[in-house]
Amino acid sequence: MRYLPLTAEDRRHMLGAIGARGIDDLFRDVPPSVLLAKPVDLPLHKGELEVERAFAALAAKNVAAGSVPFFCGAGAYRHHVPAAVDHLIQRSEFLTSYTPYQPEISQGTLQALFEFQTQVALIAGMDVANASMYDGSTAAAEAVAMASRITRRRKAVLSGALHPHYVDTIGTLAGALGIAVERGPWDPGGIENLASRLGPDVACVVVQNPNFFGYVRDHAALAEACRKAGALLVVVVNEVVSLGLLRSPGTMGADIVVAEGQSIGNALNFGGPYLGLFATRDKYLRQMPGRLCGETVDADGKRGFVLTLSTREQHIRREKATSNICTNSGLCALAFTIHMALLGEAGFRRLAELNHAAAVRLADKLSGVKGIKIQNDAFFNEFTVRLARPAAEVVETLAAKRVIAGVPVSRLVPEERTLEDFLLVAATETTTEADMDALVAGLKEMSA
Amino acid sequence: MNAKTFTGHRGLDLEEPLLFEQDQAGRTGVDLPAPAPVKDRLGGLRRDGAIGLPGLAEPQVVRHFVRLSRMNYAIDAGIYPLGSCTMKHNPRLNEKLARLPGLSDIHPLQPMSTVQGALELLDTLAFWLKTLTGMPGVALSPAAGAHGELCGLLAIRAAHEAKGKKPSVVLVPESAHGTNPATAAAAGYAVESIPANAQGRVDVAALKAKLGPNVAAVMVTNPNTCGLFEPEVVEIAAAVHAAGAYFYADGANFNAIVGKVRPGDLGVDAMHINLHKTFSTPHGGGGPGSGPVVLSAALAPHAPLPWVVAGPKGFAALEHKKGTASFGRLRAYFGQMGMFVRALAYMMSHGADGLRQVAEDSVLNANYVLARLKDVMSPAFDGPCMHEALFDDRFLEGTGVTTLDFAKAMIDEGCHPMTMYFPLVVHGALLIEPTETESRESLDGFVAMLRHLAERAKAGDKARFLEAPKLAPRRRLDEVRAARAPVLRYRPKPRAAAE
Repeated sequence: MRYLPLTAEDRRHMLGAIGARGIDDLFRDVPPSVLLAKPVDLPLHKGELEVERAFAALAAKNVAAGSVPFFCGAGAYRHHVPAAVDHLIQRSEFLTSYTPYQPEISQGTLQALFEFQTQVALIAGMDVANASMYDGSTAAAEAVAMASRITRRRKAVLSGALHPHYVDTIGTLAGALGIAVERGPWDPGGIENLASRLGPDVACVVVQNPNFFGYVRDHAALAEACRKAGALLVVVVNEVVSLGLLRSPGTMGADIVVAEGQSIGNALNFGGPYLGLFATRDKYLRQMPGRLCGETVDADGKRGFVLTLSTREQHIRREKATSNICTNSGLCALAFTIHMALLGEAGFRRLAELNHAAAVRLADKLSGVKGIKIQNDAFFNEFTVRLARPAAEVVETLAAKRVIAGVPVSRLVPEERTLEDFLLVAATETTTEADMDALVAGLKEMSA
Repeated sequence: MNAKTFTGHRGLDLEEPLLFEQDQAGRTGVDLPAPAPVKDRLGGLRRDGAIGLPGLAEPQVVRHFVRLSRMNYAIDAGIYPLGSCTMKHNPRLNEKLARLPGLSDIHPLQPMSTVQGALELLDTLAFWLKTLTGMPGVALSPAAGAHGELCGLLAIRAAHEAKGKKPSVVLVPESAHGTNPATAAAAGYAVESIPANAQGRVDVAALKAKLGPNVAAVMVTNPNTCGLFEPEVVEIAAAVHAAGAYFYADGANFNAIVGKVRPGDLGVDAMHINLHKTFSTPHGGGGPGSGPVVLSAALAPHAPLPWVVAGPKGFAALEHKKGTASFGRLRAYFGQMGMFVRALAYMMSHGADGLRQVAEDSVLNANYVLARLKDVMSPAFDGPCMHEALFDDRFLEGTGVTTLDFAKAMIDEGCHPMTMYFPLVVHGALLIEPTETESRESLDGFVAMLRHLAERAKAGDKARFLEAPKLAPRRRLDEVRAARAPVLRYRPKPRAAAE
């Protein structure tokens, strides 16, 4: 076995040193009735070549996004990741180290986390960010729990244009914690008024920007209404690239910003691992979930970094912790940090411009197709179109012709029949003119 | 001690400023084309003012992160004996496979007809996990161990509710990982602690005394955090079930028994499996993890969405609650696909025979370390251990050296310390988990080093320990200062007209 260094002679020698008669002598605390006498019924070990063949066969049964015109978004976006990112995150010292519990020999991870926290706080327009959460959806659920702790109120109002998986994820955690969740009606027209739902029992309002249907909205007035009502405004960002071009949630008055950070540095990966970003105001720092990296000095006075404020965390506070999170998305956060470092101010802003320009171009092209109506007045790199027939059918038909047209809203909200004809279409810097033309041609063919 | 240098670098140890301290306007590490001139449709919400991100060219960025990386210890560089963390070798084949475009460049919401291989992979992984644990159900979506614990408790809550019951207490041994009580609280339960007995096991009598109609579940780690198998586990499960509660097992230590014991045979109702421990997906400096939860027949119907189902037209995912008893959704999409690829590749590489050998060798390695150190360090309990060897700090009594000092001295010897001060039930705990991927020579070197340090401590060489580490990229860091006035991000030196 290539991963197991012990030889038969090693094992004999070591058992002798221990004074054990055989290996099962060491398993003597296990009741004999449950100790398996032989291997379980699964295939035996395989060499690299055979394993590689098995996975190549599985991979061949999928259509890779990069191999076709591709327009899916809805919270996960295909972007170009510079080659240096994947090379650097595979450095052994980053890839195969543990959580930095011994800071003297973990400064690489810690300094990168400090840089990550700074980048996240800057793009979100907030004071402070943590060292990552699992993904955007779980970060959103944690934000609701945190708002409830801060306000001591037990109701969350969710936008009707919040990603449906996020609605469900929030609902799961809130349900367990006894926090009531009230969601406005699905809002494909971008017209909801959430301020009217505020009340003395509301802990937070959760909005998404750009929202699930792609609309871009100013939440400054809502933030002000929340402030007056004693509620927190939680802003969810599904597409972090948008922050290169749009006014930040912090500028709009958000109290907590959570985001899915996958777009920067991370592949689509069929939905995970992704990267939850979590940022807030200084005054709420001690109610924050997750790890925090802070600056300090060592015994020689040199600057260094440590995990800090861990009295919020499970390994110290146990059932009184702000969250049960332990392992987070460290390496995904590192990929984000490296990609963002490569982009820099100019690159991040230009990347966002390119995404918006691609989406505008696509919207222009689609608006010329009979039977298609673009819904959004304002958007970033994704928008909603209304088709003349159920979107799922259209997507399935075009997929057979190797065009992945987008995400039918019905995939996420099947119970709402009025949304059956709506399709979410995203474009990024990876989308070419030829890709757009293929989509237009496919849709024209279907509407002919 | 160390000669001061002009640069602050010391040989191959290179100091590195923050990215933000290397900013030059006009520098970038990407060449992006100019966007097509379009009239924007941002609804007047264009950002104004600078964000504050630094500009660096690619060579600088690469050098920055390479220098940072060299300040980290890693399992690829040496033994990483963190108890309870299972720092084993991470096969590079798995990294390669996780990056196949057909597995990494696929979107969670593209049509299911275009991701049949991905769904098949989920189904295959589920089959391996169910077979290895002897459990009928599995939920793949939890993002890490603690998330898996939450998944298990929410399934338990749903099962109770389906029977019209609302018990409010979860029992957790005091030796448990901190995530156990934190998760129980996150799932809305009150936590009651069960003491350990003098042999480092759950006090079964105390546990039984606490069981009652208000108990929803008991969470037990097995092998436990003292590195010991709970010999009365079957009896515990039976008592828990008789009281109408469910038995949650923390599977953090599954490495010790994979292929040797099936948790299903022990009466377990739910157990998370840390793919980043037993199945070798890299820890990445803190994540990502992956925490699938295997479920008993009683809990499987309540598993979170989505469910992968095999049908006449291939695989499909059931993504909506209607018509199911699922407790709902734990997160967006399917779970940590990138980790599933790596874990399944690891399982297939080892096979049924190799996985069993993993358990045996991990237990053998830990017992070898225990046997070779028991005369100079103080084992916390008698008898053989499972995959980790636990010592307390009695051997340091009267030396003026603490567990922390001892651990820091290991750093100067070029070794990552073991887990310190955990489990809490043992004074000054030192928990060593070598894993099966250490060779006998590696263990002999490790043991020799620890024997030397133990002897030096007893010989009165206190100063060496109190000053350690002296040879690492940093000496001991001031954690009190970090927490008292937290500096959690870079802020530019004040200059006129910032923002």
